[in-house]
Amino acid sequence: MEQDARLDAIKNDPEFQELVQSRTRFSIILTLLTFVIYFGFVLLIAFAPHVLGQSLSGGVTTVGIPLGIGVIVGAFLLTGIYVRRANTKYDALTHNLLERHQ
Amino acid sequence: MKKSHLFFAAAALALTAAAPVLAAPALEGGERQPLNIAAIVMFLAFVLATLGITKWASGRAKSASDFYAAGGGITGFQNGLAISGDYMSAASFLGISGLVFAAGFDGLIYSIGFLVGWPIVMFLIAERLRNLGRFTFADVAAYRFEAAPIRTVSALGSLVVVAFYLIAQMVGAGKLIELLFGLDYLIAVIAVGTLMTVYVAFGGMVATTWVQIIKACLLLGGATFMAFVVMLHFNFSPEAMFQKAIEIHPKSDAIMAPGTRLSDPISAISLGLALMFGTAGLPHILMRFFTVSDAKAARKSVFIATGLIGYFYVLTFIIGFGAITFLMNDPSYFEAGADGSYDKIKGMLGGTNMAAVHLANAVGGSLFLGFISAVAFATILAVVAGLTLAGATAVSHDLYASVIAKGKATEASEVRLSKITALIIGVVAIVLGYLFEKQNVAFMVGLAFAVAASCNFPVLLMSIIWKGTTTRGALWGGLAGLTCAVVMVCLSPAVWVDTLGNPEGSAPVPYGNPALFSMSLAFIVIYVVSKLDGSARAQKERQSFEAQYIRSETGLGASGAASH
Repeated sequence: MEQDARLDAIKNDPEFQELVQSRTRFSIILTLLTFVIYFGFVLLIAFAPHVLGQSLSGGVTTVGIPLGIGVIVGAFLLTGIYVRRANTKYDALTHNLLERHQ
Repeated sequence: MKKSHLFFAAAALALTAAAPVLAAPALEGGERQPLNIAAIVMFLAFVLATLGITKWASGRAKSASDFYAAGGGITGFQNGLAISGDYMSAASFLGISGLVFAAGFDGLIYSIGFLVGWPIVMFLIAERLRNLGRFTFADVAAYRFEAAPIRTVSALGSLVVVAFYLIAQMVGAGKLIELLFGLDYLIAVIAVGTLMTVYVAFGGMVATTWVQIIKACLLLGGATFMAFVVMLHFNFSPEAMFQKAIEIHPKSDAIMAPGTRLSDPISAISLGLALMFGTAGLPHILMRFFTVSDAKAARKSVFIATGLIGYFYVLTFIIGFGAITFLMNDPSYFEAGADGSYDKIKGMLGGTNMAAVHLANAVGGSLFLGFISAVAFATILAVVAGLTLAGATAVSHDLYASVIAKGKATEASEVRLSKITALIIGVVAIVLGYLFEKQNVAFMVGLAFAVAASCNFPVLLMSIIWKGTTTRGALWGGLAGLTCAVVMVCLSPAVWVDTLGNPEGSAPVPYGNPALFSMSLAFIVIYVVSKLDGSARAQKERQSFEAQYIRSETGLGASGAASH
């Protein structure tokens, strides 16, 4: 019963609502971004491979090389962006929330 | 005392299985490599070190939490290393660098596919998984549902993934070791099967983790050195490296653009989905998140792992181009015809998968060749050990403790069963590895990812994020995705034509990967069946979502959160 009361209190706490809404929105945006970047790349390969085969700046290096490496680096950066926001904003919100509803 | 005798007996068996290398014939028909003493010494050093760790771990692994999750005492950084060690297989190291060697740019496409699953794991799964579960992802999926059906479908999905992944690794391992060490295929498979069983059965998650961490360091170190020497040769100018590669490669500038490999959009999208969402459903990967103390450490593990795996794939790309520029004009790496001419791609000694290994010789001499060969062996061991532990846990923790004993099993009996299962998995893996020697197993890793994306991932995600999910929905959705994925692969060209020997072009399913269809089906069935589920139980399950939601979002009451 005590546990139920605690859960109810957390659920109705505006800070909990703020935490989950903000984090859910952020996760969805980052997931969609990953999805768009990766499937953009896959669809380019499937439908317009010549775009990736173009010379980047007159030399032999093609547009596909920095773009491909860019997808790898981008995936890493997106996880980094998430960790940064979670470590600061979300962890602080969670900490406060749990402190207040002991 | 008895336990320690048993350990030494098993360890001795593992070493004996590896010992015949020393007596193996030097070179047979150009297929095998000459006996490489340096490789064998370095590999034996790795085996001895990891067996020492296993011995140490076996003394510490007392409770179920120690055995399955290393007591939750692994740090975020260590876990990130271990995840990368669990994930970077010999197939990605040798296979992708070989693919870059043979086709250039196309190799990069596969690397990217294997990486993009990690952000998804981070954004949707990692923290919630850590907050809700104890040892397996089924703990999470079954949190508010009836245990028996959900754990059964989760364990089934896990075992199918483990089985296909393991067969692919065993066959690849046998062939690779045959090539690298001049060792008989069957003996190689027995050595791998025995060692992985010893690690898991005696050392549990602690030993498995350290095997994976050591392997990750060795592999990343070795690959870094090779890529560095290659780049140094070209004064760190990628343009100069590509220029030289185009001059030498028979496909000329076609190696700088996508080939015909992924030109069918449906197959390309389907493979992309399997890789992207399959990673978030691999049982041996998900299990690793329970080895850290809390959600914050889980987050850090994914960040570290993504960075290391991404870095590794950039290295394999450089290594592939290094192999083109360093090896293709050197006949000593190829099988030459009577007139001295050779096929610059297919003629490579041991096949194109050996590109990285030959490059090791070219940049670092026979000692470094030995090191890279030993690293390739260690790489296989770390991956198969993770798979074995995941399979054993699915049987003991999900099927036995929850479904058969209905939660009444003691921890000790559960862990004992897990160890016995690891032994059985070891034997089965050796037998299957032997039976599949001559089969085409290339489709199996793709199938493992497709099943993970079509059964494990939808069940896990829907149970965490959607209030409306019910036991019935998750059960039928998981089964539908699993069945659809397996049936579609059996009817696809890789199995229907290449394995079953039906005529070319007769495969009922033209697509290389089923995930687009099977994953969609799983989500649709979970949604529709849950919506139609009007049972009293379903009502209760929807109501208990709130408590689960608060715990998954805040970590309130998460297991082991404060104990370390």
